[in-house]
Amino acid sequence: MTLPPSVTTVDPKDVRGEVLRSFVSSPRLAFVLRRLGRAVISLLIVLVASFFMVQFVPGDPVRAALGPTAPVATVDALRDQLGLDQPLWSQFTHYVSGLLHGDLGTSITSERSVAETLGERLPTTLTLAFLAFVVAAVGAFPIGVATAVSARAGRRRAVDLGVSGLLGVLIAIPNFLLAVLLVAVFSIGLRAFPPAGWGEPSQAVLPVLALAVGPLAYLARIVHVEMLRVLDAPYLTTARSKRLPGRLLYLRHALPNIVAATLTAGGVVLVGLVAGTVLVETVFTVPGIGSTIVSSITAKDYPLIQGLVLVYALLVLGVNLLIDLALVVLDPRSTIAEA
Amino acid sequence: MSELVFDHVTVRFRHHTAVDDVSLVVRSGTTHGLVGESGSGKSTLARVAVGLERADLGTVRLDGVDLGRAARARRKVQMIFQDPFAALDPRMPVGASVAEGLLATDRKWSRADRATRVRELLDLVHIDPARASERPARFSGGQRQRLTIARALAAEPAVLVADEITSALDVSVQGVVLNLLRELQAELDLTMLFISHNLAVVRYVSDDVTVLRGGRVVEQGATDAVLADPADPYTRELLRSIPVLGRPLDLEA
Amino acid sequence: MLRTFRSPQGVAVLVGLLVVVLATALGPTFFGDAATTRDIANRQAPASLGHLFGTDPLGRDLLARTVVATRLSVLLTLGAVGISVGGGVVLGVIAAVLPRFLRRIVTAFIDILLSFPWLLLALFFSVIWGATSTGAMLAIGFAGIPVFARLVSTLASSVANTDYVHAARLLGSSPLRTATRHVLPNILPPMIVNTAAHASVTLLSFAALSFLGLGVQAPEYDWGRLLNEGSKQIYVEPMAAIGPGIAIVLTGVLFSLLGELLSESGPRRVRAARPAEVAEATTNDENAVVDVERLRISFRSDDGSLTERVHGVDLRIAPGEVVGIVGESGSGKSVTAMAVAGLLGPEALVESERLRFRGIDMRTRPSAAERRTLGLEQAMIFQDPLSSLNPALTVGRQLTEASEVHAGQKRGAATKRALEAMALVRIPEPLQRIRQLPHEFSGGMRQRAMIAMGLMGSPRLIIADEPTTALDVTVQRQVLRALADARERTGAAILLISHDIALVSGFCDRVVVMRDGAIVEQLAVGDLDKAEHPYTRGLIDCVPDMTTDRDRPLPVIGVAAAEEVPV
Repeated sequence: MTLPPSVTTVDPKDVRGEVLRSFVSSPRLAFVLRRLGRAVISLLIVLVASFFMVQFVPGDPVRAALGPTAPVATVDALRDQLGLDQPLWSQFTHYVSGLLHGDLGTSITSERSVAETLGERLPTTLTLAFLAFVVAAVGAFPIGVATAVSARAGRRRAVDLGVSGLLGVLIAIPNFLLAVLLVAVFSIGLRAFPPAGWGEPSQAVLPVLALAVGPLAYLARIVHVEMLRVLDAPYLTTARSKRLPGRLLYLRHALPNIVAATLTAGGVVLVGLVAGTVLVETVFTVPGIGSTIVSSITAKDYPLIQGLVLVYALLVLGVNLLIDLALVVLDPRSTIAEA
Repeated sequence: MSELVFDHVTVRFRHHTAVDDVSLVVRSGTTHGLVGESGSGKSTLARVAVGLERADLGTVRLDGVDLGRAARARRKVQMIFQDPFAALDPRMPVGASVAEGLLATDRKWSRADRATRVRELLDLVHIDPARASERPARFSGGQRQRLTIARALAAEPAVLVADEITSALDVSVQGVVLNLLRELQAELDLTMLFISHNLAVVRYVSDDVTVLRGGRVVEQGATDAVLADPADPYTRELLRSIPVLGRPLDLEA
Repeated sequence: MLRTFRSPQGVAVLVGLLVVVLATALGPTFFGDAATTRDIANRQAPASLGHLFGTDPLGRDLLARTVVATRLSVLLTLGAVGISVGGGVVLGVIAAVLPRFLRRIVTAFIDILLSFPWLLLALFFSVIWGATSTGAMLAIGFAGIPVFARLVSTLASSVANTDYVHAARLLGSSPLRTATRHVLPNILPPMIVNTAAHASVTLLSFAALSFLGLGVQAPEYDWGRLLNEGSKQIYVEPMAAIGPGIAIVLTGVLFSLLGELLSESGPRRVRAARPAEVAEATTNDENAVVDVERLRISFRSDDGSLTERVHGVDLRIAPGEVVGIVGESGSGKSVTAMAVAGLLGPEALVESERLRFRGIDMRTRPSAAERRTLGLEQAMIFQDPLSSLNPALTVGRQLTEASEVHAGQKRGAATKRALEAMALVRIPEPLQRIRQLPHEFSGGMRQRAMIAMGLMGSPRLIIADEPTTALDVTVQRQVLRALADARERTGAAILLISHDIALVSGFCDRVVVMRDGAIVEQLAVGDLDKAEHPYTRGLIDCVPDMTTDRDRPLPVIGVAAAEEVPV
């Protein structure tokens, strides 16, 4: 008896999980293997997608890159250099084997090796994203916990409403707009920080802030909501019935139970941060891969775009995997629940 | 005649056997009680009877027809669910929900006939027919359970399967629903498989009883005989665990 | 639905929507000239009364340009949302219709796409379709498809698993009929809510792409492009950038507010209630473990009004006495017990002439010494064994902490005591069990662990709130035996809350019958057959037991027969 097709149930567990489960008895190990499997498949999809991206460009990508005025000979030479005149399959194998050797091709505009460009610019972006994440995470926890505890006690209603309203506004303002505002206020108005560039610590302040404030507010709200949920849970009533001091109530009984949800949200934040670097680097002309991807798309520099898309995708996959592994260590129950 | 027969039914889930070689007969015009604690497989058995679950081994037959093969005959077995709050579409007027039962009759119903029949059914379960156009949210738990009974009756079932239909209700409302079932049984000569964890409730409505534990039949027979003189230690354990009004609980090991 | 739009927030959203619609429809007609008229003499003018947002390098009025840009911004947003929703529904439905194996592949693929942030997906697609407004619309629209595909498949599968869909299937409803009559009506409202919220995200996405120069190209302009151009003259005139920024944020907030409003479930807040000052009552019983007089408990609802749920309850429990409160749902029995324990949340307003536990006034904030007494002398067992123990802490930790905190016991001594308590409630292999997390315990064993937790101090009162309702009868017997053992060992009084009058009569010395927040009758267990109140009699008779006459209908309590509609 199968369910009628239009209303079929979706089993949350995926196929690989089911096969693995019969082999692997430990739910933790099964979880890790499943997530690794998923990462590998994602990686393959990313590889194929970044390769076919150029094939999907309507018309002739080489002509598009060089512009309508470029002589036919130049176009043919570039096409030959990119290997676009070869059959699709050999292009793909060539592409993948190049990747395996660390050869990402050569930029059309700068005629430099893509790998080299990435090597120069990636550390900047990573530093920016990491700093912003630290700021967001360190800021979000105390704000989220404090507002939740205060809201549950319900004494300072006006303050609670004000803080939650402020968080809402900070989440709603997109980071590029915030970046522009920060420049207007702190660089032009107060002349406190430089509006652009990278290298000096003072130059990092505004980009990190612009990138961190939204995620900080978002994360704080997650912590707040999770904390409120836990504070109303029956086991916290049990803890209160033991008349434990507030410190034990919140730190020992409440905090461990918001870890899973907060970590998952942290992953979303971190992934969002990685993407957000594109906009913030553009505003502050930070020489990272974010500002490069925009200029390379405008210039239709396909080899460079391919390399950048690949790196960004890898970053995202890496962050997701990292969060999954952290979940296994910090909150084993969630992995068991999934299995 | 409408006799429901479970013939050596086994249902396996990934790691365990939920129902293990269970045979029982629901005799025509009688109520067969199925009693057991959590994990006894009683609900799985009910789901097999109506086709929501599939038996790995064995068959379920209605008057000799294998329900695993005949989808049409399966509609002659209808189920009343445990949670009356989940069993009615919150966005559908209750009259339309009851009318849905008429689908199973395989007859064409004119609009007027359908309205008349729905009114009769609502009357039968003591719900004011004038409220047919209201949504389930306007009804209490006991009323909703009566509505799902009306929907099941609309299908003109040969056998009704009632799966823990009073366990989500308050005790006073439970009495109302049980009385309704008795009344309907007398009026309509219903054949019913009545499932509950509550031995006293099963005793009150059933002619025959089957005691399940861990997916297996522990004891089976006429209700009076089984409960008056239980042969199996588990049945005795169940019996002595039931609190009796005014008698100190038997807490000895 | 209409009522939600009459709230202040609703009116604000309606007005905002009207402004956006007007600007979209009529903006270019009325402001088109002002937006294109060049005024070189006045170029890059700062904000003034004539030009609220200033002018651009060609002297065109930026406020007018912002208003005119509404049309393109909103239309592109709608287009992209349309693509996301349409594509998502198609993909979600395909995923639902496919055979099991293919379906899993499709959902796994959707999951993988979802793990990438929209901006990366949009950048990817804009490489393919190029940096034009149509390209950006396609890119952002496609980037949103996985979100809706997931939403559709999650919603559809949750509806498909409900009993009412099962019932429809049993009745022979065709898949198509089930989909149109049950699934669609139930997933449409959340879909609409999410679409509105998604429109907000899409609007910001467009602004971002145009801001990066990858969206709308000159001479066309949307808000993102205006922001991009404005940020270049930010040194001269900040309003040039801030103006379009305001339009973006306000419209974005407008869409998400619309979503929130449609969902009709905005953030709910509980209001604090302070216990009202009440004059000290005259008589009191110093010896009683629990001494409650005229207890009234009200709860604040969302609109701020108070609803009284317990109306003047008197309750006294002598040392070592076992008292049972019986009542149906809504009778106020649990709330009363929680008030006795002083554990009601801030949403409850508790008033009473007297509310004492062993002489401690529970109406005021307890002192440090009183907290110690309460921590050691009161024990609680709740209905749901799944959630009353902290899932993140070992059972041992949860047992020992009260005596460590309040009795100043060392870890080792406390652990030794915990092992004894676990043995007393007959938890097998306490040495292993004490290191385990609650989810490794069965339901009955968790309830016994809760009882053991109460034995860690020197309990004078054990409050058990429907401790066996979630358990099988044979397990119920084990839990009650543990409770009886605990009482025998410590001499603590017990307050047992239950809906089962037979259970209470078999376990307690005295029965208190509650209904609708008031005590109907109090009786010694031996006097139950002499109960006078018809409700008590009804409760006794309406439950079938092993001796009920099967040939007669069950007696029915008056109100239950009529069964009023819940308010």
